[in-house]
Amino acid sequence: MVRRIALFGLALAGLGVALSVASAGEVTGAGSTFVYPLMSRWSSDFNTATGTRLNYASVGSGAGIAQIKAATVDFGASDKPLPAEDLAAAGLAQFPVVIGGVVPVVHIEGISAGQIRLDGATMARIFLGEITKWNDPAITGLNPGAKLPAEDISVVHRSDGSGTTFNFVNYLSKVSPEWKSKVGEGTSVAWPVGVGGKGNEGVANYVKQIPNSIGYVELEYALKTGMTYTALKNKAGNFVQPSLESFAAGAASADWKNAKDFNLVITDAPGAQAWPITASVFVMVYKQPKDAVRSKEMFTFFKWALEKGQAQAKELNYVSLPPELVSQIEKYWASEIH
Amino acid sequence: MTASALAGTHSQNSEDPRVSARIASETRQDWVFRWLLFGAATLVLVCLGAAAISMLVGGRLAFQTFGWAFLVSDDWDAVEKHFGAFVPIYGTLVSSAIAMLIAVPVSFGIALFLTEIAPTWMRGPVGAAIELLAGIPSIIYGMWGLFSFAPFMAAHVLPWVRTHLAGIPGIGALFQGPPLGIGMLTAGIVLGIMVIPFISSVMRDVFRTVPASLKESSYALGSTTWEVVWNVVLPYTRSAVLGGIFLGLGRALGETMAVTFVLGNAHQLNVSLLMPGNSIAAAIANEFTEADSEIYLSSLIALAFLLFVVTFIVLAIARLMLRGLERKEGR
Repeated sequence: MVRRIALFGLALAGLGVALSVASAGEVTGAGSTFVYPLMSRWSSDFNTATGTRLNYASVGSGAGIAQIKAATVDFGASDKPLPAEDLAAAGLAQFPVVIGGVVPVVHIEGISAGQIRLDGATMARIFLGEITKWNDPAITGLNPGAKLPAEDISVVHRSDGSGTTFNFVNYLSKVSPEWKSKVGEGTSVAWPVGVGGKGNEGVANYVKQIPNSIGYVELEYALKTGMTYTALKNKAGNFVQPSLESFAAGAASADWKNAKDFNLVITDAPGAQAWPITASVFVMVYKQPKDAVRSKEMFTFFKWALEKGQAQAKELNYVSLPPELVSQIEKYWASEIH
Repeated sequence: MTASALAGTHSQNSEDPRVSARIASETRQDWVFRWLLFGAATLVLVCLGAAAISMLVGGRLAFQTFGWAFLVSDDWDAVEKHFGAFVPIYGTLVSSAIAMLIAVPVSFGIALFLTEIAPTWMRGPVGAAIELLAGIPSIIYGMWGLFSFAPFMAAHVLPWVRTHLAGIPGIGALFQGPPLGIGMLTAGIVLGIMVIPFISSVMRDVFRTVPASLKESSYALGSTTWEVVWNVVLPYTRSAVLGGIFLGLGRALGETMAVTFVLGNAHQLNVSLLMPGNSIAAAIANEFTEADSEIYLSSLIALAFLLFVVTFIVLAIARLMLRGLERKEGR
């Protein structure tokens, strides 16, 4: 079955970039669409620096996991970490490569970016369809003085399975027992209300077009398209604005030290300035690679990406990994990869 | 020349070795030609059968797990792993029905205008323009629908629909809800615009085949243009016109990208046409890449199989209707 998923993934990858028939001097990966802009930037810079080519097929996290399990690529990339037992069963190792995050965006007449403040429980009730008006006491209570209309809230969510959705609903499940029992978490869930947009751009467009709507997108989309994002109350009880700094605070305060195989979703992180829906992209590789030469080149690439490639990450509105996490990852490589 | 005379010349000439060689080579050519034709026709059947069987096999797990409930359940929950096809099937049928309600009369008008009314110098360019429309990729229609048409619907059309139609008892339920601009009605209209070129170009071509003598006789008897169309052109071309309509319907049922953009992609059952829904093709396109469990993937493939079945049933009904018409006409 996994092989079948991989085959479909391959078909979707179009040109079959992921076919591992290429010669040495080439590394292939597939998976997360979220990390794709950064991967293609890294790929061209790394090629200039070392001459090694990196082909990354942006087929989606689920397909990326399926392809690495079927060993049709050198590495898979996913927005959702695999649990340690799954990794052990497939002989895989896993580590984060970059940090991103999800921000709620709204479209309310007269409200500009960062003006509205929400907390996790309120947002869960909005996405459950329990809070239906913008002037509901639960929202106005968090926003004293803000002029919120007595209009129906239109919820916008992703229609395709996505790591963005996974991190968003993972956060809602952590902060709202009701969300956890009624909807739960996954790359796609049974949304109680709302319309579904395809991809970040689909959600962004729906939110822009539908008055009094709320949705969620990756930070880069919110910044690039000038959307009205909201502030969120974090675990420490502070209202924070989404920014590269608050994402970095979220990543730094997460408990990486005790996460076996880095199996950690860093939403609802404890840091005082931490953005509550911070997310990381994980890479999965074989612990005992079949092709030692390719594997060596791949790790040269990841070492380069983690140490030198983080400046490009910042330019593209991703957040670099904290230095102590990078050294933890390099220790993990030394102990786990043969 | 009669058949026996022909046979006579053959037996006479076949004594000449050059002629018999030529006959042999022509027979061989004919044989190859027949098998090529047979192969082309068989290829279609083989592809069709292979697609149907592989979808059935791929969706087997879903059919086994959910049974008949898969057809009638409106549940679609990837977390709990409960899947039902009712919402997408309903959305596919309703959006296509809206599309046909719009496309059939408009295409009819276009085709009649081009064959009966338009001045000759206009027929070529307008006909070519319609065929060009058919060549636009569906994603362009989808983007146009999302960026231009949905906001227009939300700002101008839907508020009017809500004030004037929502109060009517019975059909009023179809027009309730917030004017999102994205939903079944918008998707149906975009689909309708997409299939107009297909239906109208078929209609135009068959209207052209009506012999001028028939039409002119009718005009000579004092018929109006409408009477000529209704009593001469349409009866003459009825079965081909129906064929064109079902060609458009087949396309509307399977359309993916344009629908995905404007349908709202929500697995919720809503009577109102203003609310978002889902269609089979849109659900598959949206969810295939991240279908992360076997039963999820199998349910999507089962959906594909159901689309196949729905299309087959619709086309079968079309055939039956055609046969009924032909019998009535005594052909």
